[in-house]
Amino acid sequence: MRRRKSRFIAESNDWTFDLIEKYDRVIGELAADYGLDTYPNQIEIIRSDQMMDAYSSIGMPVGYNHWSFGKHFVEVQQNYQKGYMGLAYEIVINSDPCIAYLMEENTLTMQALVIAHACYGHNSFFKGNYLFRSWTDASAIIDYLVFAKGYISECEARHGLKAVEETLDSCHALMNYGVDRYKRPYPISAEEEKRRQAERAEYVQRNLNDLWRTLPKTRTDEPSDTPTFPDEPQENLLYFIEKNAPLLEPWQREIVRIVRKIAQYFYPQRQTQVMNEGWATFWHYTLMNRLYDERYVNDAFMMEFLTSHTGVLFQPGFDHPRYQGINPYALGFAMYSDIKRICENPTDEDREWFPDIAGGDWLEVLPIAMRDFKDESFILQFLSPKVMRDLRLFGIVDDDQESEFEVAAIHDSGGYKCVRELLASQYNTSDCEPNIQIVKADVDGDRSLTLRHQQHARRPLGDTTEHVMKHLHRLWGFPVYMESVWNDEVVSSKVCPESSDQAA
Amino acid sequence: MSYVIDRRENAKNKSAVNRQRFLDRYKKHIQKSVQEAVDKRSITDIERGEEVHIPSEDISEPVFAHGKGGKRSVVHPGNKEFIAGDRVPRPSGSGGGGGGEGEASDQGEGADDFVFRLTQDEFLDFLFDNLELPNLTKRHLKGNNSFKYEHAGFTSDGVPAKLSISRSMMAAKARRIALTGVSRKKLEAAASALSEAEEEGDEVSVKRLEEEMVKLEQRIDRVAFLDTNDLRYNLYVKRPIPTSQAVMFCLMDVSGSMDQAIKDMAKRFYLLLYLFLKRHYERTEIVFIRHHTVAKEVDEQEFFYSRETGGTVVSSALKKMQEVMAERYSPDEWNIYGAQASDGDNWNDDSPTCGKLLEESILPFVQYFAYVEITKRSHQALWREYAAVGEKFPDAFAQRHIKEVSDIFPVFHDLFQKKVVA
Repeated sequence: MRRRKSRFIAESNDWTFDLIEKYDRVIGELAADYGLDTYPNQIEIIRSDQMMDAYSSIGMPVGYNHWSFGKHFVEVQQNYQKGYMGLAYEIVINSDPCIAYLMEENTLTMQALVIAHACYGHNSFFKGNYLFRSWTDASAIIDYLVFAKGYISECEARHGLKAVEETLDSCHALMNYGVDRYKRPYPISAEEEKRRQAERAEYVQRNLNDLWRTLPKTRTDEPSDTPTFPDEPQENLLYFIEKNAPLLEPWQREIVRIVRKIAQYFYPQRQTQVMNEGWATFWHYTLMNRLYDERYVNDAFMMEFLTSHTGVLFQPGFDHPRYQGINPYALGFAMYSDIKRICENPTDEDREWFPDIAGGDWLEVLPIAMRDFKDESFILQFLSPKVMRDLRLFGIVDDDQESEFEVAAIHDSGGYKCVRELLASQYNTSDCEPNIQIVKADVDGDRSLTLRHQQHARRPLGDTTEHVMKHLHRLWGFPVYMESVWNDEVVSSKVCPESSDQAA
Repeated sequence: MSYVIDRRENAKNKSAVNRQRFLDRYKKHIQKSVQEAVDKRSITDIERGEEVHIPSEDISEPVFAHGKGGKRSVVHPGNKEFIAGDRVPRPSGSGGGGGGEGEASDQGEGADDFVFRLTQDEFLDFLFDNLELPNLTKRHLKGNNSFKYEHAGFTSDGVPAKLSISRSMMAAKARRIALTGVSRKKLEAAASALSEAEEEGDEVSVKRLEEEMVKLEQRIDRVAFLDTNDLRYNLYVKRPIPTSQAVMFCLMDVSGSMDQAIKDMAKRFYLLLYLFLKRHYERTEIVFIRHHTVAKEVDEQEFFYSRETGGTVVSSALKKMQEVMAERYSPDEWNIYGAQASDGDNWNDDSPTCGKLLEESILPFVQYFAYVEITKRSHQALWREYAAVGEKFPDAFAQRHIKEVSDIFPVFHDLFQKKVVA
């Protein structure tokens, strides 16, 4: 076979802006050739300390100030300086244009890899995946973050650092409970937010006063007839607090809202870790190989790329000292690669398990597997027996009523389905986080708030519960009750503050 | 379409604010660590940063989470010999179940402290937090290298290089307007009279007015466009930049009774004082004076490490200090600080002399004089003598007692505590 004549983009491994642009152009052309649809890219070269900044603000390019980000920064800096951890080669922001940070320390090969991974892999995922499409508004996020930062620093100037910090602390504790899991949220826009912020503050306060009207009602009807408030359990704790907490100042409500909106922005990322990383890794692998086949890069480039690629995909077994759970890069990459294989070279097993896609066009199947799923459903749909065999996956059941672990299923014909279901539920955020909802706000009585924890597989709440309840109590201002329910029976209950005689 | 942007020159330390917030929040813990560090550290590296431990329960950001117990299932990779239905003993260490993340994570159950490192600056900030130098007033105008030129307005004489053109032109224009005012008014009047006369056909008047106007115009023209009087020059004055400088006198007893441990404590105290002064003054000098029966000015090495024995005459050191002050450090130019460390031993007859010397020839001229007595025994004559002096100079003199290493920082802190202005 005659190989194409070489047309290497670069021979040396030191990057220049010129070379980065060249690589980006070539990779972009190849990506378009595969049909990857992306936002425009904004590639930013930063220093390692700026990367640490980006790290510690959980990937928000513009973050409001809070001590916890300082703590993360200190942690990252520490570990990096001591050599305990390397920094990620890139961080990519779900925005339009899609911002990708490249570290100046990277070699040219790494920059090319990162461009393929972030600017075309993650970018197309952000633009294509249904969760991102319906939950986040890539074109508005930066403006919104700028608005949030400005608003919070204004609050600090007006109400003092401490008051703002306390409110933020409490909101952060409840951040995971600040999303509507089932309702599609309104898109956010900084302009709107600013314009409507004052209006909203006034409106909420007015309605709230109505809700908490203290004039005694004429007690003619039976108390059993009075409907409970809220009429349905509320899963979005922060939303409920923003709208109904009796004692919050308007600016505090706005802060609750900001944290809630940011939680919502990050919610899809938490649910698509395997898919997102798998997708990006699959594409950088495909694009790098294509670069090599087209003779844009030399052997040295490829060797360096492969070293780094295999490093990212390292998946130690459960008994390995470095085992830290399943590596989302490895699992995601294995699954997308296997989908491609099933399309191109299906076996009888594949035809049985995946009749719809076996032998199909992988360039059509793969985008579907990216677009319309989240981790849980993706695994449930596409985890093939081959991937389970390759990774030698097995499921363990740990029941505290038994003295030993039980191996529930392994990678054999009787176990594929079970392993697949167990793994999928592991990525189901509602299984991983305790299911806690607000069931009652005692509007007519002591104004206490009651939460219900619906136990999942008898799992109780952790030690942090009381701390979080303190935060909730701070926002709510009146006693907060927590009931753990298993089989329609309250198995444990807590109250904050513990001696509720001195409420508020 | 892609854009490549170089952000490397962007503001450094985007996280500095957050880091500072974090430090402020855990001030209590950090200060404790700093103080312990001062007590423990070898003297030579006291200026280094420090590791701070904060118990992790104090620093956690709690969220709702599952606790141990219940029934949970986990998928792990890397199966070797298991088949479905196998029963595996619980890994040790996770008694009540757990195992949620597999065997590997079940170590380290006890929460580790959150540990991080303060930078040198942060360390010193915490070290000297809430402290201030008493009587920090003197600012000496010294040296010929610390002047700057400042613009001080305009003058009417100077060298051509300093000519201010705009100012000169302004002055010239003002002068021209002033000097030609009368003529211009007359010219206007004549012009209007002329046009009247022309209408009336009064030939004589026309001619007379025309002649008058020519004369007036000539008169206006004769006013010079620019006159020497108009010239304005920039004025610069040489202003001395005040530089503050301090000298610190370290006085130490090296008689036989001072053993190495005591000297070590004294050295720590001096070091703190030195670091502290260095933060406040652009220039800080140190004079080491050691004494037994006679006093001698020495270098640092000799001050701390050479051994000599003999009796103790404290006044000799004070006299030496007075001499050096008179010779090199005029109180007008220097902020003078004195720190004396001793184990309290003194030749009894000498103590009143010391008191007198301090009172008359030292305290009136220094910013501050601190006496620390490092001893486990009870006080002797010198302490009582100094106590009497201290009553007369409550602002400039202080004495403290140090028993062991851990007292040093509290004593130092106490000496330089910020005084609340009443």
